[in-house]
Amino acid sequence: MIELTRRATFSASHYYWNDAWSQEKNEQVFGRCARRNGHGHNYTLEVTVAGDPDPVTGFVVDLKWLKDVIENEVLAAYDHRHFNLEVPEFADNKLIPTTENIAIAAWKRLEPAVTRAGGAQLTRVRVYETPEIFAEYRGEL
Amino acid sequence: MLSASHRLHTDVLSNEENRATYGKCNNPHGHGHNYVIEVLVGGPVDPETGMVVNMATLDEVVQTTVLERFDHTNLNFDPLFVNQVPTTENLTRAVFGVLRTALPAGTLEYVRVEETENNFFQIQGE
Repeated sequence: MIELTRRATFSASHYYWNDAWSQEKNEQVFGRCARRNGHGHNYTLEVTVAGDPDPVTGFVVDLKWLKDVIENEVLAAYDHRHFNLEVPEFADNKLIPTTENIAIAAWKRLEPAVTRAGGAQLTRVRVYETPEIFAEYRGEL
Repeated sequence: MLSASHRLHTDVLSNEENRATYGKCNNPHGHGHNYVIEVLVGGPVDPETGMVVNMATLDEVVQTTVLERFDHTNLNFDPLFVNQVPTTENLTRAVFGVLRTALPAGTLEYVRVEETENNFFQIQGE
């Protein structure tokens, strides 16, 4: 078993806001992240799949295929978008677009495509919000 | 870091199938990468030395078993890759294998090989 990780970047804006709370409480909990005009980040996404290399090709999966999956399933929806306004799983206050929730949401977008292709399984999604902060999701424990 | 060239091609497949499978990695004259090798060792800290593994020993092992063998070479010509394609998956397995043999038993936790800044491959120790 070998793990293969592919990195991609996307740029998006967001703010943190819980509609069930007062403005004061949102500002108290989320600080600058609660400003309603939002702010942005350059995110780095790391996607890890695991499997055994195919005896003929030597590939676990084709890196180009994995690049396309990341592009089609995640970047097409997230890159140069506003999470709170444009991304379905976060819009209308459904989900606060923290780095934690983005990691879980990216997993949910990627997992069906990886599983459908066979040959490898998704084992890890890591999302860097800045070079100093990342959240990692390995599926339901 | 090791700099090496490779070409992804297998005689099991036709030229067309090789081209379809490997794309530009199948170009006949090969191409190269700067591979970054990350080696993690683990274990109890020796009470006499305060070390898990002496870093000088680790450097020496990586230098002699991995870098001297693969750095500035064409991977397709290494005996390991006569019968298997030098994908980074297979290079990672090869590096993991030689390091597990060369390092003190049970200390190798993982080997990671970064082919480019956008992808890497990792094998965990037992």
